[in-house]
Amino acid sequence: MRLTTGIKAGAALAATALLAAGCSAGSGDAGGTGSGDSSDAAGPVELTFWTWAPNIEKVVDLWNADNPDIQVVVNKQDGGDPAVTKLLTAIEAGSGAPDIMQAEYQKIPQLVSNDAVADISGLLSDDTAGHFADGVWNAVTLGSDAVYAVPQDSGPMQFYYRADIFEKYGLDVPTTWDEYAEVARELHEQDPDKYLGTFSANDAGWFVGLTQQAGASWYGIDGDSWSVNIDSPEVQKVAEYWGGLVEDGVIDNKPMYTPEWNQGLNDGSQVGWLSAIWAPGVLSGNAPDTAGKWKMAPMPQWDVDAPATGAWGGSATAVTSQSEHPEQAARFIEWMNTDPEAVQALVDESGLYPADIPGSEDALSDPPAFFSNQKDFYEIAARTAQTTQPFTYGPNINVAYSAYNDEFAKATEARSADAFVAAVEAMQQVTVDDLVNSGFSVAE
Amino acid sequence: MTTVTAARDAVVPRAADRPARERPSVAATAILLVGAAYCLLPVVWVVLAASKSSAELFSTLTFVPSLHLFDNIAELSTYRQGLFWRWMLNTGLYAGVGAALSAVVSAMAGYALAKYSFRGKASVFNVLLAGVLVPGVILAIPQYLLLAQVGLTNTYWSVLLPSVISPYGIYLARIYAAAAIPDEIVEAARTDGAGELRTFVQVAMPMMTPGLVTIFLFQFVAIWNNFMLPYIMLGDDRLFPLTVGLSGLLNQGASQPAMYTLVVTGALLSIVPLVALFLLLQRFWQVDLAAGAVKA
Repeated sequence: MRLTTGIKAGAALAATALLAAGCSAGSGDAGGTGSGDSSDAAGPVELTFWTWAPNIEKVVDLWNADNPDIQVVVNKQDGGDPAVTKLLTAIEAGSGAPDIMQAEYQKIPQLVSNDAVADISGLLSDDTAGHFADGVWNAVTLGSDAVYAVPQDSGPMQFYYRADIFEKYGLDVPTTWDEYAEVARELHEQDPDKYLGTFSANDAGWFVGLTQQAGASWYGIDGDSWSVNIDSPEVQKVAEYWGGLVEDGVIDNKPMYTPEWNQGLNDGSQVGWLSAIWAPGVLSGNAPDTAGKWKMAPMPQWDVDAPATGAWGGSATAVTSQSEHPEQAARFIEWMNTDPEAVQALVDESGLYPADIPGSEDALSDPPAFFSNQKDFYEIAARTAQTTQPFTYGPNINVAYSAYNDEFAKATEARSADAFVAAVEAMQQVTVDDLVNSGFSVAE
Repeated sequence: MTTVTAARDAVVPRAADRPARERPSVAATAILLVGAAYCLLPVVWVVLAASKSSAELFSTLTFVPSLHLFDNIAELSTYRQGLFWRWMLNTGLYAGVGAALSAVVSAMAGYALAKYSFRGKASVFNVLLAGVLVPGVILAIPQYLLLAQVGLTNTYWSVLLPSVISPYGIYLARIYAAAAIPDEIVEAARTDGAGELRTFVQVAMPMMTPGLVTIFLFQFVAIWNNFMLPYIMLGDDRLFPLTVGLSGLLNQGASQPAMYTLVVTGALLSIVPLVALFLLLQRFWQVDLAAGAVKA
């Protein structure tokens, strides 16, 4: 008896599985043709596009509607690091890479040194370079005649703070790092639960931005050899400054982007955030109830007479070396990142701060909804963006980043300025060793 | 039938032998309760957290429920035109078809290893045992490189094919076939003129069914929870299973808010089919474990 029921159950399960297979395969076909949108799927060229920008498929749909011969299919990825790992694996394997790839600026040297992206300098219009700031364009050419990607968005850094809490405690918005330290001290004294910010050992990109503002560049190119300048005086200055604040306990030492940090944004124990132009999106997603309470100001400065900022985030769009249709792919990425209609869509649909200068002036007039209380939001943003300092990334920036995570996890735990400086020295050592071991020529 | 009675007979008299010690011990009960709480609290957390809006998730007390469960499910269902439900179907496909094929392959291989004698049988079985010891995670990258050579990465096949062969499943099937199918019955079937295939399908398979259900469930759960293989194989998020898709929602990069509410709700929905499957097939699982214990 029991055996018979068993067979029945087994058969039922197998049937369910087959049914699921049927449904799934069916919807697969539907999805395949659906992504081709209004045009017929028999278009001559289909390009795959790995990206993680939100709602980017809506921008791509605009292109697909006008270009039945070049259909672009979006494959959403899990953010920059996993996508690059996956791309490099596919390049290594010789197949499986997409035609078009979103690449963060700091990853471009790594992608170039692995032959993962194609030189598209001959495939773009001559005036493409004129659309972008020199520093941004330099990041996609690596200072050479080749062009490895077209810039999409950039992330100039600003200081975001809770205006209501500043008012409550009678605090002034800091314009220099000395003032920032004072405000941090004062706030924490008045309410020991509150911090003006946190030093995050998880976000190397954030620390890069802070050191970039101070004038650091972690790598240098000299002819055919690389140099690593992570323990430069500028970086040490920044590390010592933050180490001192953490040592005094006036700045939090918990990483960002954790549930705990989110809670701090919601309950007002995190009063400020040194972040970049995309901060409104993160704040509205993680702490929607604090809308209208935040304001944005330029970064506190080291030298008030020479205002500067760093960049956190931002990415470009590249054509991979495995693409069989680099010409069509280049036409698409040029359109997406420089055409006025596309740039407007990048702002409206994806909430990006476009790297394209002519397009962004028109596209960015009203402040983001979360900052509707600050009418001059994009004016300040544009002003700070112009002060972004030049910076060079290297081919093993991933190693430097993970060294940052390891070393600063220990340093923030130790809560001492000395440990912060030691962490920078350790990062330098790890990064140089890896670069030498990978066969690069490294100048001392 | 017989196996069940055997199992019961084995348990009941022993219980009667020691009436005095059968009163539940307070300490043991307390430890078990703590263990149960340890296992169930995270599930309770997921249920309660899934009922909160994204503003409440980080601002209200952890174990205070809210009323937004259906809002969250609705929001999850509209995320990129219902992609979540496609991930659910994909997972069902990978786990259902993968486990079914795996059970069939295991049954054939296990039966052959148990009932036939052929040259190299011991070596095959030893290789198989070694395979049981190698974690699947280690094989994911080599499998990727192999499938990339035939251009099958980023397809349904790339996740299904590696899931079909389960050394542990074949091992279990071999043990089960050796114990559950008497040689005499195979001999009798042959004497009556049944071919080898017919003997296997009509005589051996029915006798192995409880074992095969176990293999199916093991493999189903393993594939359902598998992350590494699909993560490496797939680039197209319309082919993703739940595990990879939900992890993607959490890792949107620094400039995007992580969609905690959607992920928590998705995690809750993704365990519902597994719980249902277990409740449905619990009986067979228990019967089989007991049977195995007695036979061994």
